[in-house]
Amino acid sequence: MSILPNILFAVLLIVGVGYFAKNVKKLIRNIKLGQDVNRSDNPSERWRNMAMIALGQSKMVKRPIAGFLHIIVYVGFVIINIEVIEIIIDGLFGTHRVLSFMGGFYDVLIGSFEVLALLVLVAVFAFWIRRNILKIQRFLNPEMKGFPKNDANYILYFEVVLMTLFLLMNAADLHLQNVDGGYGHFTQVGSFPISQFIAPIFDGMNSGTVYMIERAAWWLHIVGILIFLNYLYFSKHLHILLAFPNTYFANLNPQGQFDNLESVTNEVKLMMDPTADPFAAPANPDAVPAKFGASDVQDLNWVQLLNAYTCTECGRCTSSCPANQTGKKLSPRKIMMDTRDRLEEVGKNIDTNNGVFVPDGKSLLNDHITTEELWACTTCNACVEECPVNISPLSIIMDMRRYLVMEQSAAPMELNNMMTNIENNGAPWQYNQMDRLNWKNEN
Amino acid sequence: MSENISVPTMAEMMAEGKQPEVLFWVGCAGSFDDRAKKITKAFVKILNRANISFAVLGTEESCTGDPAKRAGNEFLFQMQAMTNIEVMNAYEVKKIVTACPHCFNTLKNEYPELGGNYEVVHHTQFLKSLLDDGRLAIEGGQFKGKKITFHDPCYLGRANNVYEAPRELIQKLDAELVEMKRSRANGLCCGAGGAQMFKEPEKGNKDINIERTEEALETKADIIAAGCPFCNTMMTDGTKFKEKEDTVKVLDIAELIANAQDL
Repeated sequence: MSILPNILFAVLLIVGVGYFAKNVKKLIRNIKLGQDVNRSDNPSERWRNMAMIALGQSKMVKRPIAGFLHIIVYVGFVIINIEVIEIIIDGLFGTHRVLSFMGGFYDVLIGSFEVLALLVLVAVFAFWIRRNILKIQRFLNPEMKGFPKNDANYILYFEVVLMTLFLLMNAADLHLQNVDGGYGHFTQVGSFPISQFIAPIFDGMNSGTVYMIERAAWWLHIVGILIFLNYLYFSKHLHILLAFPNTYFANLNPQGQFDNLESVTNEVKLMMDPTADPFAAPANPDAVPAKFGASDVQDLNWVQLLNAYTCTECGRCTSSCPANQTGKKLSPRKIMMDTRDRLEEVGKNIDTNNGVFVPDGKSLLNDHITTEELWACTTCNACVEECPVNISPLSIIMDMRRYLVMEQSAAPMELNNMMTNIENNGAPWQYNQMDRLNWKNEN
Repeated sequence: MSENISVPTMAEMMAEGKQPEVLFWVGCAGSFDDRAKKITKAFVKILNRANISFAVLGTEESCTGDPAKRAGNEFLFQMQAMTNIEVMNAYEVKKIVTACPHCFNTLKNEYPELGGNYEVVHHTQFLKSLLDDGRLAIEGGQFKGKKITFHDPCYLGRANNVYEAPRELIQKLDAELVEMKRSRANGLCCGAGGAQMFKEPEKGNKDINIERTEEALETKADIIAAGCPFCNTMMTDGTKFKEKEDTVKVLDIAELIANAQDL
C-alpha cells in the first residue's frame, strides 16, 4: 500500500482543523471586544447549570416534540463522533477499524452508532418537514428570510449526507468483510444492525468496485465532517459548541434583577454626598467618561456577545414574546441575530484595518435594531425563560434603552412625562407626594 | 368601613418609641390609583384583623424607581433608590411587605447593592405565612365553589419564582382554581411591565392585555385574580373591551380574602 492516502489525509486534517482554529481565535477576539463582566462566582452552580441545561438539555424538552427530536440528533452527534476518533487513526496509519480490538464492546459501539445514525436521519427528516412544509410561526418570522432559512436547511442536508455516507461506508465494509476468501485488510469486525440491510445492494458487484465505494464513502464522510466543522463559524450551528460556555457564564441572579450601573452609582453618590467638593480635580483626569448604556456591540459585555454567537435562531424567545405575539416589530431572536451580524461586521473591519477598528459610521442601534423594537419590550422575561441555552435578549434591550435615555434623551414623550413626575413628585403620575397617605381617609 | 382602619406611619411609631414588625410599602399605584387604593385598603383591613404590627412611610415614601429603571433611566432610578434607602435605614427597617410586584422586585433585588438590605416579601407570601403561623384564618365565604383563575405577574413569577403563595391562598377560599393555557413560568405578560404602563403600545395588531384577557376568559372563570395593581388595571381594561366586566371580576388576592371575611 502506498502511503500517499495517509499523507493526503494528514494534510486535509491539518488544513481543516487549522482553518477552524483560526476562526475560533477570531471568535474569541470578537467576544473579547465586549465590556468586562465578572461571571466567576459560584462555580458549582455554574457547572450544574451547564450539566443540566447544555449537556442534559433540560430546557429543550419544554416543547416536547422539538425537544425529543433534538435530543436524538444531539445524542447521535455526540456518540457517533466517537467513531471519528477511529476514522482519524485509520486515516493516518492506514489501519482498518483500529478500535476493533475491543471485541464485543466494539460490536456494541458500532451497532449503536448505526441505530443512532438511522434515528438521526428520521429526526432530521422531521425537522425538515417542520421547517419547510408545516407552517410553524417561529420559522416564518421576517428575520428568517434569506440566509437564516437556508442556513437551517444546509445544516439538515449536511446531517443527511454525513449519516448516509456513514451507513454506506459500513455497508460496503460489511460486504467486503464477507467476500469469499476475504478482501484486503477487511477482517470480520463490528456489528452492523442497519447497514446489513443496505449491504445486499452490492451483491454481484465486483469487489474492486465495492472497495472504491467504501473508500469514496469513507473519504467523503471525513471530508464532510471537516467542512461541517468549518461551516460552524459562519452558521447558527455554532451553538453545538458555545451552548456549554454560554450556560456556564449565564446570569445566576433572579431574572427580575437588572444590574445597577456602577458608573451611575458613583455619580449619584457624589451628588448626594454633602461633603463632596464640587471643584475637586478628577482622580484620573485622562479617563474617558463612561458611556451609559449601549449603542454598539463594543458597549455590550462579553457574555452578551457570547450570547449572540450561541444563538441558534430557534425562535422560542420570539414565539413567547408578548410584543411579538401581538404584531409588534420586536423579536428577541432578531436582537440576537442583529448583535451577531454587527459584531461580525466590526470583526471584519478590524481584520481589514490591521487590528484596529476604524469607525464605519454604523452602529448596532438604528442600523440594525430600531428604537421601535426596543420600546416595545415589556421586560417580562419570557424570552429569557424560554431560551434553551440561557441567552438574555432582554439585557441587550435594556442596555440600549439606557443609551437612548441617558446619552440621547430619546425616550418616548410619555415616558419623559413619567420620569419628570418621578423626579418632581416621587410618583410616575402627577400627584403631590404630600398626598401619599390620603387613601387612608378616603371612602 | 374605611373609618375603622388603622394605618400608623413609621414617624408616629418612632415617636412612640416602637418598631413595627413589618413596613408596608404601599407604592405609587397603591397610594394614588383609585382602583389600586382599594387593594391597599383590603390588605390593611386584613392586617388590622390579624393584629399585625405594621406601619407605612406615608408622605416619606417615594417611587422605588422601577419604571425609570426599566425605561433606561438608571440615574433617576438610583437617586430614588438611595433616597428611599436613606429613609428606611434611618427607621432601621428590617422587613418590608408590598402588594406591588414591581416594588417587590426592585426592593428585594436591586436595593441591596445600593445599601438597602431588607427582607422583602410580596403580600401574597406574607398572607400565606400568617396563615401558616395560625395568625390568620381564611374562609371561603362568598367565593366558595367559584371558579378563579390566577394571572401570574411577571415580576412576581418569572422574575422571582413566586408561583405557589397566591395559588394556595385562592385554594383556601374553597374556590376552584383554574389555570390559563399559559401560566406560572409560561405566563403571558399583561402588557404593563417595562414602563409600558405609562405609554401607548407600539404599532401591532392587538393589545397585549386583550390577548391575555381572552386567555383568562377561555377558562370560564368567574374571577380573574391578580397580584399586581398594574396587571389588575390591564386585565380590567381587557374585560371591559370584551364587554365582560359585569360577569367576570378582576380582583386582587388581598381583596378576595378581605371580601371573603366581609371586612
